[in-house]
Amino acid sequence: MPDNGPGPRETVLEVTGLRRSYGAVRAVDDVSFVLPEGGSLGIVGESGSGKTTTARIIVGLERADGGKVLVAGRNRTARGEGRGRVRRLARAREVQMVFQDPYLSLDPRTGVEAALRETLRLHFPGRDHARRTRELLDQVGLGTRAADALPRQLSGGQRQRVAIARALAVEPSVLVLDEAVAALDVSVQAQILNLLADIREQTGIAYLFITHDLGVVRCVTDEIVVMRHGRIVEAGATPEVLAAPRHPYTRLLLESVPRPGWDPEAIAAARRAL
Amino acid sequence: MTTTTPPTPPAHTLDIQGLRITLPGTARPVLDGVDLTVSTGETVALVGESGSGKSLTSRSALRLLPPGAVVEGTVRVGGEDVLAMNAAQLRTVRASAAAMVFQDPRASVNPLRRIRDFLTESATLTGAMSRADATVRATELLQAVGLDAAVLRKYPGQVSGGMLQRVVIAAALMGDPALLLADEPTTALDVTSQAEVIALLAGLRARFGTGLLFVTHDLDLAAAISDRVYVMYAGRIAESGPAEALFERPRHPYTAALLASTPRMDGPRGRLAAIDGQPPDLRQELHGCAFAARCPLATEVCDQQVPLPVAAPDRPGHLAACHHSDRLEGSTVDAR
Repeated sequence: MPDNGPGPRETVLEVTGLRRSYGAVRAVDDVSFVLPEGGSLGIVGESGSGKTTTARIIVGLERADGGKVLVAGRNRTARGEGRGRVRRLARAREVQMVFQDPYLSLDPRTGVEAALRETLRLHFPGRDHARRTRELLDQVGLGTRAADALPRQLSGGQRQRVAIARALAVEPSVLVLDEAVAALDVSVQAQILNLLADIREQTGIAYLFITHDLGVVRCVTDEIVVMRHGRIVEAGATPEVLAAPRHPYTRLLLESVPRPGWDPEAIAAARRAL
Repeated sequence: MTTTTPPTPPAHTLDIQGLRITLPGTARPVLDGVDLTVSTGETVALVGESGSGKSLTSRSALRLLPPGAVVEGTVRVGGEDVLAMNAAQLRTVRASAAAMVFQDPRASVNPLRRIRDFLTESATLTGAMSRADATVRATELLQAVGLDAAVLRKYPGQVSGGMLQRVVIAAALMGDPALLLADEPTTALDVTSQAEVIALLAGLRARFGTGLLFVTHDLDLAAAISDRVYVMYAGRIAESGPAEALFERPRHPYTAALLASTPRMDGPRGRLAAIDGQPPDLRQELHGCAFAARCPLATEVCDQQVPLPVAAPDRPGHLAACHHSDRLEGSTVDAR
């Protein structure tokens, strides 16, 4: 990918040797990657590949058995680092997450504007929240009518815009999107993907895209990490990995994407052989 | 019907004509004049976004309708109108002529019963088979879907989602249906298991001549697997025709817009051509074309007159309900 701007970009997120086991299952097994400032990295893999566990450890929803997560050089995984309200809020300001289901990620009783204002009050007491709320709604393409609405009065796409606005409210340097467009209709999905591209261009925020959809990865990421059984099997620049995959599992994933002349029989056989 | 011709085998395993369904408290019908056919051994994809009415259309084949629905039109399965049937006839259709596979296999099975019970239950309850015969048949079908007979003794929680979806497909085939209705059967699965389930469905069609109505939101999947495609929007069929023609030369702006907004492996990277706006709400009455408000080609006539399906000049099986089909085809050809 062409570099954005002159000179090498700073690393905003660095993951080294991340490990997490559940009983005998190694959900995340020696996972390492870096995400540059303003960059976009996709983690792809199927269920059980460890992509979501990796994301949850980075955000702080899950603890790692070993390894390090550095955001702007600060360690997020060290014990003792995570205690206390001040530290917790500081960590939340570094990394935010948008989840798959827009219907589950918002409080049904809290209006859109109130939800944003609550987040702002928590992180930035004493600032002008009314103006910032309008700014955020504007940034994600929601009008004043949506501001007064309750989540159930909004469509799936609108709710996902609210979830994105709320994540952006704390001005994080990294946004983790866990299958954030998977539940949306194609036409709405395209709107949200374009919106995310615009926001990255305007703010220089970095994205970590967790997805199973190679079309989405191709469209919105600079770099890609392919995970299987908790391990990284292939990593590199997105266009190169997708054009010339080296690992047989990456090839299988690519061949599994439906297209005319597609041979599901051969894919099923390849899957069993791998 | 007053025809006196002797009964001939029906050409279509599913034949929906003029289906209109109105729900209480809505300003317009949720289905508004849907015509759709599936022939023996044919795979038909029904594509649309949430709320377009695609699931309701497929469910109508089993008369699985929401409470309070007012229904007009005919829905023939194997030549018989399911909308006019009594309860006993309907039960026979549901147990044998047509079967349905839903999106989430975990929601289709009782987690506390073994897979054997799930597979044999309907055949033994309707008295079609003894329990022993049903188990033999279930074993055969499990083999057909690539599973071992050992699965019979397992509980649903002990097998993966992909395996369970194959169990559900095997269960759907227990009554030898001539028509299989599959509502997003692979959406909850990983891409590689999706390929496996699709390969399985294609094989069953080849072996048993089952007609398949495949409901999906995934255009690429529809293009890859089906003979013919119907595209639905706001309760109406926007476009229908052979899969290749429809995707190569769409004649409805909605189909063209959907194709353009799908992130795919061979298109340009970067920004997508998103469709502005949202589908019309059910509380909103429609006087013209349902897509007019979001359509780049819309003119005055689109707001006033409902477009009727018209065949493409050189392709009689390719219909589009659009006032401006010819303009669209010119513009996409130019764009390529």
